[in-house]
Amino acid sequence: MSDIIQKVKNLSIGFKSKKGEEILILKNISTNIKKGETVGIVGESGSGKSTLALAMMGYVKHGLYTIGGECEFNSSNLLNMKSKDLEKIRGRKIAMIPQNAGQALTPNLKIGYQIDEALQLHSDLNEKEREKKISELLNKVRLPSPETIALRYPHELSGGQQQRVAVAMALAGTPDLLLLDEPTTGLDVTTQAHVLELLNFIAKDTGTSMVYVSHDLGAIAQVSDRIIVMYSGEIVLEGPSRDILKRPIHPYTHGLLKSIPKLSLAGLPESMPGSQPQPGIIQGGCSFFDRCNFSEEKCKNKSPHLEFLKELNTSVRCFNYEKLLKESQINQNVNKIKNNSKDKEILNLSDVSISYAKQKLLDQIFNRISDDNPTVKDININIKKGETIALVGESGSGKSTILKSIAGLLRTKDGLIRFEESRNLSSELKERDPNDLRIIQLIFQNPDESLNPNHTVEEIIAQPLKLYFGLKGEELKKNIIDLLQKVRLGEFYISRYPRQLSGGEKQRVAVARAFAAKPDIILCDEVTSALDVSVQAAVLNLLQQLKEDFGTTYIFVSHDLAVVRAISDRVAVLYQGRLCEVGPSNDVYKFPSHPYTEVLLGAVLEPDPDIKPKLVAEDIVEEKPPEKGCSFQGRCSRIVGDICKKEIPPWQLTDSGNAIRCHIPIKELQKEQI
Amino acid sequence: MLFLIIKRILLGLITLFIVSLITFVGTEILPGDACTTYLERQAFGEQLEACYRRLGLNVPAYERYVSWAVNAIQGDFGYSLSGEMPIKEVLGPRIKNSLVLASAAIFIGIPIALILGIVTALWRDKLPDVAISTVTIFAMTIPEFISATLLILIIAIWLEWLPGIVIVPTDVSFLELLPNIILPVIAIAMIMTAHMARMVRSSVIQVMASEYVQMAILKGVPYWKMVFKHVLPNALLPAINVVALTIAWLLGGVVVTEVVFNYPGLGRLVIESISNRDLPTVQALAIILASIYVSINLLADLMTLMLNPRLKTLQIRK
Repeated sequence: MSDIIQKVKNLSIGFKSKKGEEILILKNISTNIKKGETVGIVGESGSGKSTLALAMMGYVKHGLYTIGGECEFNSSNLLNMKSKDLEKIRGRKIAMIPQNAGQALTPNLKIGYQIDEALQLHSDLNEKEREKKISELLNKVRLPSPETIALRYPHELSGGQQQRVAVAMALAGTPDLLLLDEPTTGLDVTTQAHVLELLNFIAKDTGTSMVYVSHDLGAIAQVSDRIIVMYSGEIVLEGPSRDILKRPIHPYTHGLLKSIPKLSLAGLPESMPGSQPQPGIIQGGCSFFDRCNFSEEKCKNKSPHLEFLKELNTSVRCFNYEKLLKESQINQNVNKIKNNSKDKEILNLSDVSISYAKQKLLDQIFNRISDDNPTVKDININIKKGETIALVGESGSGKSTILKSIAGLLRTKDGLIRFEESRNLSSELKERDPNDLRIIQLIFQNPDESLNPNHTVEEIIAQPLKLYFGLKGEELKKNIIDLLQKVRLGEFYISRYPRQLSGGEKQRVAVARAFAAKPDIILCDEVTSALDVSVQAAVLNLLQQLKEDFGTTYIFVSHDLAVVRAISDRVAVLYQGRLCEVGPSNDVYKFPSHPYTEVLLGAVLEPDPDIKPKLVAEDIVEEKPPEKGCSFQGRCSRIVGDICKKEIPPWQLTDSGNAIRCHIPIKELQKEQI
Repeated sequence: MLFLIIKRILLGLITLFIVSLITFVGTEILPGDACTTYLERQAFGEQLEACYRRLGLNVPAYERYVSWAVNAIQGDFGYSLSGEMPIKEVLGPRIKNSLVLASAAIFIGIPIALILGIVTALWRDKLPDVAISTVTIFAMTIPEFISATLLILIIAIWLEWLPGIVIVPTDVSFLELLPNIILPVIAIAMIMTAHMARMVRSSVIQVMASEYVQMAILKGVPYWKMVFKHVLPNALLPAINVVALTIAWLLGGVVVTEVVFNYPGLGRLVIESISNRDLPTVQALAIILASIYVSINLLADLMTLMLNPRLKTLQIRK
């Protein structure tokens, strides 16, 4: 079979534990990559997908070693090849596009040099030709003015630009196989869509085979012909992309797809219980047994083999795939969220501006901030008691900045933040009294960093209870256990340290800590971004449940528009620290009227090969908001004229209660949609 | 950039000012003063008055500080009490002697440390690393006065290869001096080199584990090219500051070693003047040691600034 470019045979990779046991990261993996095809490898963190991709380049990370099996490229095994020979294959025949280009580019070397290095190694071009080639490559990945980019250092480029440079570098050796390790994770939605489109173009243009590793089924759906699903170091499902996304016959994939929020569905998706077993924990039976909805008695004791089904051209590791075959489609059940908001206003932001400008000496003396063009400007939002309002936008849109100001971590330049119409919260943390602090609590993105690693769960949750309510002894303990139960953690968690918990459990502890203060408002800053998809749905459901029980108000910041769709009652769209559109989620998502909302929603990647992203505007990065006129003028594709550059657009109200800030008349904006 | 340099220099000067204040205040509040120490049991009445007048101790403390500081800036630290000669003249040869010792240790120590650090990092967990690391950890943990004494015992007394203490006057020719200072230099350099080698090792290991080095490997960059182009520039940058700190820290090691080897340097002077209650000399020494400390750190900061493209562009943008 000459059309196979990479052959993985019975590959097992692992490490030795401190006790000397062999712990497997990859368990007996076999698969083939054909010429010209794009294969997606999906899995949660810890499933071994990156290790597999690296092994395909003959690279095994320090600390790991190959236990058995081969990775064959051009009928030679990369895993026992001498480094001299590997150097000739890496970059020339097989190239890698890394996850985090910002960290994968050497900081002290210029972009041009780093691409040149690849050319020197893998081509016979002379200096002049190489120079030309560098420009060509940078052009190919659609970077503006290649000559100047080549002279820059990596840190002088934006995230999207760095990722493009990494693509250019990989293409320098005209490889036959491209390995992509989460190449778009960490990029903005719009940038992500653009990079994926570029990759698709390159795959078609050059006929290169690609292996695309990601946890994001949305991204995988857009690029791959075939999908490999990994769980706990094993392949559990492998087959044509469309079949796997539309009719997954493995319970894990099935559950995963069900737990991903979709743009078209309002409400919270079902969650998958439990979490992936840690490497080294050997279960007698199927590794997915305890999370499976389709399991039987035999699954517990016997582990299934990967079975190839000829008629479906699919391999599956499950005894009960036939049950799933009968389920013709994924029925995504969502729990519609109830809008509990009362008419009572709880938080009001009027004309709030926030500036990061450094105070000059004079400003310090007069205790003021002078900045004509602050990072966040003119924010007017009324938040009602019991509602969930989401702030969305790309990085740099000011959404986290606004949260910080409400929490008192950042001082406002102008404007008022009022709680329940009377209490002024425009002040900084140190000027607020304890009760003002209690009513607003924060949950952060990354529980690894927001929980003190030296405190037990008990100490973490006890802190707000002691501080705000002065609880002691038995009563304190009872309250802590109560809170743990509310976030569905058992009593025995009380003596554990954060490092003994999984990502989802840690975030639950963070949620419990926030609720311990009995707050009126909880600020959620990207609370699910660091979690695996299957855990994300569970945390979202928990937040919703708690909100209904306690009548709390959420201010929810996320870059994931599908998550926002699932949980929020109202959405505020921000660009460059200015509001573009505020309205009920249903309307904003159904009729994205503001040109920027349209861009954002168009770029969302759905785990469905039939829904392609719409790329409306270029993904340029603007460093500063424009001084005059509409904040979105730099990227808008629907500029009406000079007015957009000169005047700040007025608020226009739709019938459904949507407020849009645009110069285009509201009728026309809505007409475009229908 | 220029602004930043000026700012750093100013900060350094402020540090020195504070150090001088602390030493001055410290010597003031200690019970007794130069005259009571000098006159011992005769320290009363007419004689004490006369001594105060002679040394200028009869004016208020702040006035003395100001006049002392003004003179110190011009390099005049007043008179030492014990020798009754200008401190300037006492210090001159001592500084030179210590500099010879310290710079020899630095010029030998830094290259060795770099090589050891890089070798251990690149052969991490293999035989060269295990062997060298064992030795460096050992060398790090033995204090100078023990290693110095051991050196004297083994090399000077048992083997009789080199003199155990410095017996020649320090103004003889370098060749004559050389055999005398080999042992002190080794004693000083040992801890410093071991320390630096460990720092360089961990810094290189950290960079070797970085994503950009992994990327370079996956790009097919040959091993040694990767080491010299991608690893070392990034690994040694943070090491500059560590080296500076180690050099500054070496000053302390010099003091001990000089005493053990009876070497007439700054370090021995510190010990001598403290035991003689020669407060003006102690003050002068404190200022001089502090300025060496401050200027070495300043130099390291400026070097990092010059070499790190990230910091450079940040400054230009601002």
